Amino acid sequence: MAFLELSGLTKNFQSQRAVDGLSLSLERGEVLALLGPSGSGKTTTLRLLAGFESPDAGTVVLDGRDMTALAPVARRFGMVFQHYALFPHLDVGANVAFGLESRGVKGAELARRVDEALTLVDLAGFERRPVANLSGGQQQRVALARALAPEPSVLLLDEPLSNLDPALRERTRRELRALVHRLGITAVVVTHEQEDAFDLGDRIALLRQGRLEQLGTADELYATPATAFVAAFIGRASEVPATILSDREARVESFTWPIRWGGPGAPVSGAPGRLLARPEGLRLADAAPSRLAGTVTGRRFTGAVAYFSVETASGLSFEIAGNPAAAREGETVGIEASGAGLHLYPAAG
Amino acid sequence: MTKRRAGWLGWLLVAVLVWLVAYPLALVLVEGVRGSAGWTLDEVRRFAGRSTEWQALWATLWLSTASVVLAGAIGVPLAFLFERVDFPGRKLLGTLVALPAVLPPLVGVVAFLFLYGETGFIGRFVQYLFGLENPPWRLAGPGAILLVHAYSMYVYFYLFCRAALSRLDGAMLEAASALGAGRWRTLVHVILPHLRPAIAGAALLTFMTSLASFSAPYIFGGGYRVMTTQIVFTRLNGDDRLAMVETAALMLLALAAMALFRRADPGGSLAGVGKGTAPSLARAGSARARAGIAAASWLLAVILLLPHLTLLLVSFVPVGTWTTEPWPPEFSPGNYAALFAEPERFRPLVNSLWMASVATAAAVGIALAAGSLVVRRRVSARRLIEGLLGLPWAVPGTVFAIALAALFSVYSPLTLRTVLVGTVWILPLAYLIRNLPITGRSVLAGFRQLDPALEEAAASLGAGRMRTLRRIVLPGLAPALVAGATLAFVTSLGDFVTSIMLYTYDTRPISLEILGSLRQGDMGVAAAYGVLLMIASAMVFALGSRGEARP
Ligand SMILES: Nc1ncnc2c1ncn2[C@@H]1O[C@H](COP(=O)(O)OP(=O)(O)OP(=O)(O)O)[C@@H](O)[C@H]1O
Ligand SMILES: [Mg+2]
Repeated sequence: MAFLELSGLTKNFQSQRAVDGLSLSLERGEVLALLGPSGSGKTTTLRLLAGFESPDAGTVVLDGRDMTALAPVARRFGMVFQHYALFPHLDVGANVAFGLESRGVKGAELARRVDEALTLVDLAGFERRPVANLSGGQQQRVALARALAPEPSVLLLDEPLSNLDPALRERTRRELRALVHRLGITAVVVTHEQEDAFDLGDRIALLRQGRLEQLGTADELYATPATAFVAAFIGRASEVPATILSDREARVESFTWPIRWGGPGAPVSGAPGRLLARPEGLRLADAAPSRLAGTVTGRRFTGAVAYFSVETASGLSFEIAGNPAAAREGETVGIEASGAGLHLYPAAG
Repeated sequence: MTKRRAGWLGWLLVAVLVWLVAYPLALVLVEGVRGSAGWTLDEVRRFAGRSTEWQALWATLWLSTASVVLAGAIGVPLAFLFERVDFPGRKLLGTLVALPAVLPPLVGVVAFLFLYGETGFIGRFVQYLFGLENPPWRLAGPGAILLVHAYSMYVYFYLFCRAALSRLDGAMLEAASALGAGRWRTLVHVILPHLRPAIAGAALLTFMTSLASFSAPYIFGGGYRVMTTQIVFTRLNGDDRLAMVETAALMLLALAAMALFRRADPGGSLAGVGKGTAPSLARAGSARARAGIAAASWLLAVILLLPHLTLLLVSFVPVGTWTTEPWPPEFSPGNYAALFAEPERFRPLVNSLWMASVATAAAVGIALAAGSLVVRRRVSARRLIEGLLGLPWAVPGTVFAIALAALFSVYSPLTLRTVLVGTVWILPLAYLIRNLPITGRSVLAGFRQLDPALEEAAASLGAGRMRTLRRIVLPGLAPALVAGATLAFVTSLGDFVTSIMLYTYDTRPISLEILGSLRQGDMGVAAAYGVLLMIASAMVFALGSRGEARP
């Protein structure tokens, strides 16, 4: 049995269903990223785990013990809050000591463990600083040290990086990942940034309207998205209508392209489909009668590759990765499908 | 705490508040129409048939309206002067101008008496100057009342408008002038609309305070009656049932006024408009103009401070030494020594202190429970709880005093009435009820500003309810709690309106001892008590403005 197991979790607010029959399981030491668009129920799921909300249905089981009815105090889950929720009237040391004192740790042992926790986040010697005078990144690390100090069985993090500026964000993310893996702690990280989820999560649960859309590693989500929503949410993709031919081919306008059938179910030949094409799944080529033709309407340069916006006469638009010198704006080009990275789904739903 | 338990506690709090606040008021309405043999409108008819009642109602209404107009006419221009014009001494004078607020109502009235009364400093000076036989004037009647009201209540307009002006976005004024609006147009179309909520708020506060005003009409009114004094005199005559109808009339008048204001200004619509850069100050044109404004402001400050100084001076005048001279012949700290040395004089200090402390502590306790249930648990009764907490603010103190006297003078446990009148508990209870709006408002505001994630963080760190309350919630609420508690405390400490109707000899508070000393001609002792109350209020004010200064 898994270390942490959520089954059938459901939470309604008034008439709105925030979390809808969500089941997930984590192995000991695993880091799970909860990813999804705004309002998809990530925070609510985390709060159900922490015990701040009680579910309308479903259970939370930790190491074989049912925690569903336990108050937050009794769960011993560590939590890092989105805005950190540092106690403003206490200094750094007292913030970190707070959870330890709740567990009855005192005296020299307390001082030692506070120091240990602060060393962990590279803030040794900051004990007597008022928290209001810290930078955003330092506050985030104090929040982390405070949550880790009582050695919780599970660490919950709600958008831990969202209040940091971009430069700091990347560094903090690396440090956070290193720390979490070094400690081998079981953790759930909520984020709406795909990059954070990819970097921090061993596996990623993608939520949509309170439901689990797909659970898997970053590679799995990217390479084999289970639904059109996943394909569109993870990575970049242009969406165009297509006709389903088989589980490996589809017709776009009058051209037959190789695809990956994403499901659900078996493909129905001749039925309408949605094609989600990754920029690297398409290639720019010379215009030719055997290829779908389009006009380059824009070019986004990123260094090694450029992303070209191409529009066909019928109004389909594609984003295609290529050599920055491959085409100029206004030029007419042919579009060629390279096989991998084209995901086909049935049109309805 | 489960949701259901919180819900139950919410209704329990409602029950307590209904018993404390709503039940006494309902009783006033009922007692007025209940005769010894069933329901009757006799007393109401008697009330309606007496011209003195209509005169008192009319006097209350026009005095309150005139107080609003006068206080506004003084306070709003002063706010402009001190917020928008730069001149030497602006900061210090700006603070001094708010000082009338540190005089509790009765103390302010006594100070006016010593200053402008027939035997006051000014009167004696004029008498001496012109060698008059008799005092040149009497400080009495509606004019005197209005003078005291204008003096003590312009501060509401001054402080509210200054706060609003300081939030005025300088860019907005620049935009107006860039659009070609002249000074006058900018004032009428930009600044005044911005001030509207502040002016409406101050007007409401002034009107309600005047409506409930008791000290000034009681001391200066003589035969001129307003509703509050009318009620007290009717009761002194033993006509309790008529007093009940009068009380009901005053209460309905207050609630109607409140409702009218609410309708005229449904929630300050402009108050929420964002902050911007502070507008630059207008420098008064020439150096001479600046000096002129500064001099006029200093003069004004001196006039406004005269009552405080008078009180201080008189408190050092030994009993019986100042007879006909324009200036007291000797000064000594004897009056203060007497306050602390004579048990009879010391007793009221002790009484007021313990009663105000108990009432404040209880009001804070109720406010904390209300804050937690209304803001955190969002119990279904939350609007009712907030409404009941605020109700005593809208109802004049006299009404509550009569209501409590009616409620607690009968022993009838079945109707939740017990005998408290004549015991030591009736005054603390009355103070408690009058403190509820003050502590309630500040504690609720404190809870609303306290990030709920802090309490969740404490819980996730294993802290139980008590530890979270002690280590996280109370420290977080401290500024709001201190502000509300100290304001409630000094209000109770100086209370006169409810005390005069509910006190006993053993529980007589400071205000009644001031009155007693005045009657016996111990001006110095009365002034010494007044100075103590003034200092307590000033300390609370200093505390409050320090709190505001924080970012
Ligand atoms: N306390 C609440 N009361 C009512 N509705 C709520 C409450 N908390 C969340 N919701 C609703 O539940 C849904 C899920 O909210 P949740 O905060 O879990 O989403 P989220 O994925 O964390 O979104 P975001 O990325 O914006 O933080 C939303 O539609 C939200 O409006
Ligand atoms: Mg969220």
